[in-house]
Amino acid sequence: MAEAKMRARGKNPILRTPLPTLPPHKRSRVALGLTAAAARGALELQVCRDCGAAQYPPREVCRDCLSSRLFWRPHKGEGELVAETTLHAAQELYFRERLPWRIGVVRLDGGANLVAYVYDRVRRAPCRVRVEAALDRGGQAVLIAVPAIGSTDLSIDPKLREMTCDPRARKILVTDGKSAIGQAVVRALAAGGAEAIWVGEAEPWKKIAGTTKLRDLPQVTMVPLDVTDSASVRELAGEIGAKVDILVNTADCHRTLAIGARGALDAAQLEMDVNYFGLLRLAKEFAPLLKARAADGPANAIAWVNVLSIFALSNYPPHGTYSASKAAALSLSQALRGDLYAAGVRLINLFPGPVDDEWDQLELPPKLSPSALAAALIEALQGSMEDVYPGEVAQDWLARHRENAKALERELSEGNR
Amino acid sequence: MKAASKERQKKGVSKNANTTTSKKSAQKTGRPAKGGLRGWLQSLAASPRLRFVDLTQTLSPDFPPIVLPPEMGQSRPFRMEPISRYDESGPAWYWNNVSFGEHTGTHFDAPIHWISGRDLPNNSVDALPVEHFIAPACVIDCSAQAADNADFLLTADHVAEWETRHGRIPAASWVLMRTDWSKRSDPVAYQNLDETGQHTPGPDADCVRFLVNERDVLGFGTETIGTDAGQAAHFKPPYPCHYYMHGAGKYGLQCLCNLDLLPATGALIVAAPLKILDGSGSPLRVFALVPSARG
Repeated sequence: MAEAKMRARGKNPILRTPLPTLPPHKRSRVALGLTAAAARGALELQVCRDCGAAQYPPREVCRDCLSSRLFWRPHKGEGELVAETTLHAAQELYFRERLPWRIGVVRLDGGANLVAYVYDRVRRAPCRVRVEAALDRGGQAVLIAVPAIGSTDLSIDPKLREMTCDPRARKILVTDGKSAIGQAVVRALAAGGAEAIWVGEAEPWKKIAGTTKLRDLPQVTMVPLDVTDSASVRELAGEIGAKVDILVNTADCHRTLAIGARGALDAAQLEMDVNYFGLLRLAKEFAPLLKARAADGPANAIAWVNVLSIFALSNYPPHGTYSASKAAALSLSQALRGDLYAAGVRLINLFPGPVDDEWDQLELPPKLSPSALAAALIEALQGSMEDVYPGEVAQDWLARHRENAKALERELSEGNR
Repeated sequence: MKAASKERQKKGVSKNANTTTSKKSAQKTGRPAKGGLRGWLQSLAASPRLRFVDLTQTLSPDFPPIVLPPEMGQSRPFRMEPISRYDESGPAWYWNNVSFGEHTGTHFDAPIHWISGRDLPNNSVDALPVEHFIAPACVIDCSAQAADNADFLLTADHVAEWETRHGRIPAASWVLMRTDWSKRSDPVAYQNLDETGQHTPGPDADCVRFLVNERDVLGFGTETIGTDAGQAAHFKPPYPCHYYMHGAGKYGLQCLCNLDLLPATGALIVAAPLKILDGSGSPLRVFALVPSARG
């Protein structure tokens, strides 16, 4: 019932579809530190190495002791909402279209005052709150005060819902439903309340039992889609592109080959054709359509999801050609992300470590199950982040990469996973 | 390395010698008896009317390629990317870049395609004798049997029975197995795969040995993906049509269509593969000239 309400009953064809507006998005380089953490779903604040004071807003020198030795550190965000107000007038077009808008001042435990959006269910100030970082429609970090206790679901807040890409009541294209990951993603999206799911099927003569069973889900429609074929991508974009709210690119080719493993280039070319050129073909055809519907009422186009790989960060030589194709896809996704954000459409990348499927058969555990990957994808859509590193291996590699990318390269090339 | 380049050199020499005619290779692959092809051409010329039948499937991205386990090397399906279409990339002209494996769509198999034919002279498409590109065809109608049984196998007995009605298969002619399989326009039905592999009709090993050893045919053609039956991986030897035909310097034609429009005998087939250096086969336009009564 609630889901039906969230989606517009229909669309008046004589009215112009609104154009997207964005919240103010200019940030200084140092302020982008907040965005870098929010992209991973974390709240980080600068802390002074000399006096220990937490800082807000981000700055060059400590507000207390003027030391320039500031570093970013995860913060629990606990504090008190000391004052609040509700805006009823705004010059910024984005807020003007969404007024009234509740904001407040939070005094964090241990100092630092900050301005935050206030979640619908927070009691009137003063009260205890927790501050979370989120990404707005333009992809910049914003701070949100939520109740101090319990979990928060931004997607039920009529305003802050904008920070999420909840799949509930959405129409979603999953580009490949044949892999174990593709099947798990379709099932998770259906369980997550998607209204309609188009599932791409390449090479229909190769029948996969699990994929055939997806047809039993009432939300699912199988559609022909082969991302290695430009004509196929163009055809599907023409048929359904203007209805897609979320595109989930699960199309993936993984051939588990070191670069010297065999003479022929065919497998490496196929990996590139699916993982890199496939994304490019999808981007060329679907991105303009998603952008055009980015403000199409409550049934707007909101997100693009790529299933990449942690091997995109640093080459894993036993899967050398696959890693390279995923690195190419990562690079392309950055260009696509900038393009989509101009219209307020979010691009989410998932970086799983080895997955428990046939292509990672010889990788030692821990391996990520396809359903765990799908759960992480749903969580990312329901929350507010753009880079997701699901599972222990991905988290470990990410930490090592952030600490010393060159060391990770050496470790991997020496066979030390 | 050295041996390979030597081999190539040797081949290069013989290639040059064979661009027009080569008696040696002609003997090996069973060139028609003197006047054979001339005879066919003369009878066509004498016919009151000629029918032309296109035996070629359209090269399209949707046409299914051969299926092999994914860890093996894969033949790429047909793909097309526009270069320009009267637009900023080329204002007055339209053209495309296309890509495909040698064995895509309606295609020709040269002897070098199979391990049994790898050491034959002039075994790649660039070195084949040009006079082999036009040859008479014997069409064996197996459409009723294939409709009943997707795994139907053409046997030497079937061929013998065909010969009682249509005469002996002449040397250096194509033998085309008509199954009407090409009428399966749905690629799923055309591939006809299940957990036990592909189920498509083809010849059995005895039949192929008979056609090669007793009839000295030019090659064998089918409407399916592969001159061999779908289950031929389990035959003895595996893929007998590839093994024996190519081992004897014979050719293959696959994914043909419109065989139902050909007479059992009397048609001439034009099948000239692309001249690809060391090529194992190629997509090609195959068509038939059919003598026909007036009116």
